[in-house]
Amino acid sequence: MRRGISIAAAVCALALTATACGDDGDDGSTGKAKDAKDISGSLTYWDTSDATTEAPVYKKLIDDFEKKYPKIKVDYENVEFASIEQKFKSAAKTGKGAPDVMRADVGLIPEYASLHYIAPLDGTLALKGGTDDFTEGPLNTTKYQGKTYGVPSVTDTLGILYNKKLFKKAGIDKAPTTWDEFIETAKTIKKKTGVEGTYLNPDSYFLLPFLYGEGTDLADTKSKKITINSPEAVKAVTTAKKVYDQASAKVDFANSYDNMQTSFKNGEVAMLVQGPWSVTDDLSGKAFKGDEGNLGFAPVPAGSTGKPQAPTGGHDLTVYQGSENLDAAYLFTQFMTSSQSQQKVAEGTATLPTRESAYTPKVLEDPRIKGFHPIMKTARPRVALPQVGSLFTPLVQQYTKILQGDVSVKSGLDAAAKDFKKLLPGYTIGS
Amino acid sequence: MVAPVVIVLAVLVLYPLGYGFYLSLTDANEANVARDIGAFHAPATYKMVWFDNYWSVLSGADGDFYPRLIWTVIWTLSCVVLHIAIGMGLALLLNRQMRAKLLYRALLILPWAVPAFVGVFAWRLMLNSQYGVFNDMITAVGLPAQNWLATPFAQKTAVIMVNVWIGVPFNMVALLGGLQSIPKELYEAAEMDGASPWQRFVHITLPGLRPVTNTVVLLGCIWTFNMFAVIYLLLGQNTTGEADILVTFAFRKAFTGVSDYSGAATYGIVILALLLAFSTFYRRRQLKTEQA
Repeated sequence: MRRGISIAAAVCALALTATACGDDGDDGSTGKAKDAKDISGSLTYWDTSDATTEAPVYKKLIDDFEKKYPKIKVDYENVEFASIEQKFKSAAKTGKGAPDVMRADVGLIPEYASLHYIAPLDGTLALKGGTDDFTEGPLNTTKYQGKTYGVPSVTDTLGILYNKKLFKKAGIDKAPTTWDEFIETAKTIKKKTGVEGTYLNPDSYFLLPFLYGEGTDLADTKSKKITINSPEAVKAVTTAKKVYDQASAKVDFANSYDNMQTSFKNGEVAMLVQGPWSVTDDLSGKAFKGDEGNLGFAPVPAGSTGKPQAPTGGHDLTVYQGSENLDAAYLFTQFMTSSQSQQKVAEGTATLPTRESAYTPKVLEDPRIKGFHPIMKTARPRVALPQVGSLFTPLVQQYTKILQGDVSVKSGLDAAAKDFKKLLPGYTIGS
Repeated sequence: MVAPVVIVLAVLVLYPLGYGFYLSLTDANEANVARDIGAFHAPATYKMVWFDNYWSVLSGADGDFYPRLIWTVIWTLSCVVLHIAIGMGLALLLNRQMRAKLLYRALLILPWAVPAFVGVFAWRLMLNSQYGVFNDMITAVGLPAQNWLATPFAQKTAVIMVNVWIGVPFNMVALLGGLQSIPKELYEAAEMDGASPWQRFVHITLPGLRPVTNTVVLLGCIWTFNMFAVIYLLLGQNTTGEADILVTFAFRKAFTGVSDYSGAATYGIVILALLLAFSTFYRRRQLKTEQA
């Protein structure tokens, strides 16, 4: 029996070293592929970009890739952002039908990495050329327990988007910089123009700037403490509730995101906390169509720490651990995240590149990128927990109850902390 | 020649059921089950916890089960009562002599013919507090706009309403079939004896419908208890979770973030046990009334 265990352990250890060696390109399979031109085969790529506005640009890039490496064939598939997580996880678990390369939301990297669904990329072709050129924020999102599991492809964060004409009409000449100013601005706009000042998105992701503004987060991985009901968090959510009560249009909780977008782009709401992904949609509305200069950009309001901070969002390219064509997958990842590719994507889709060198004068000509580029300085990584996706569910439920006035801020957050504890083994609830 | 039946049952029913039950006795989740992903092999590290999961659910220690159960029962009862009552009313109306009967019947069946998710999304659009047709209608007559899907109470009312809309056609058709199988002579004889319409309804229609209503109630209870689509799709993600019934709750457990297999399996087995207990009890009572 004892021997059985030790053999199993040895096999495991061997398997682990094999993967580690593969990363260094030392063993047989990768050793031959020193020259990228020799790699051949086919690979599947799952993309979550917007199927109508963004996907054509990526498809064109893939054509370029196939031209450059004629021995590799890429099978492109556009998967809806909302359903990719389910789809990928059920395929990854069974090893059947999972893509070789996937565009993954940065918030999912710790979860996929901890479950070993995605391959570590240190020392592979994917990171050839180093990571110095990548902006710090997006680069941080690719790390889990000291290894790199993704290559930053597109980045974003939250900021204030505002309707300049409505601001002018209300006699306000600059965007608010603190939450108190934010509330005052919204009230003034409502009074002077009759238009709603803002629309608070009741989703828990949009609660993060409030939490970061007070210097706290969902949990602290160093001390293994749940901090969602800390005094700082209570203060943060109290501020959010104040925004909802005093400054926001009436929120339709079941349709919150769509209604927020529709009312902003139609000019029924003057400012939003939103991300750059929404800008193309905003500009299609009657308040901004043909008048792109009317859309103003500013960092999120600061909390009592005085520093405006918002979560780093965006997408990283990841390679499926079980891919049968890892070399091609690494090479493809490298190609798609190269500076030239990022410039082409930025020019075609107005999304924010993750490499400093991709912010060329031509890329910065686009007002959508120019507007958000300085705001990226406020971006900070989310807490790197595999369970972070699960934490958002109890948080949004309690946050909704708090906003609707069913429970007090403190007791709502206490309940959320209790639910967090069920999901985070070994964590204690901090005070 | 019983072997094929046994094999089919074993593969389709007993194996999944047994595996689900086994999972519910462990602490398995997505992070500790065995996986082979390419060159990476992870051995299973979950362990048996026996009835711990059941204990934490049934003792109320997890804090989720009883609130969800109470709401699930309220939801099932109100939906089934409304289904039968409205279905019966419509069936009685359609059972009379009238012109264009087929047309009415076809129109009334429509909600049932539409795929559930299409119907539910249509309702979600109509109930949108800013851009939905409901608020357009009531503001047109000067009433204040309502936030139809906002508070837990509004959400619960909305899901019941939509589920009734979806479920009434089936009940109507089933009860109409039942009505048509009651012999006309009974009504004629009762009329000769001077029975009022109400008396005829209570003493002929209701007993005559019993075989149908018994089945419809049993089916309705089981379906509604497990009705997933309406609640999950109508309310989306930004809700308080108060309107979650046991199945939607178990689904969120199994499919958000790192999946909790053992927790979801425990809920599955508990739901199954509740429904089995209910149908056994119901059938017993039914037999008793038939014998009496």
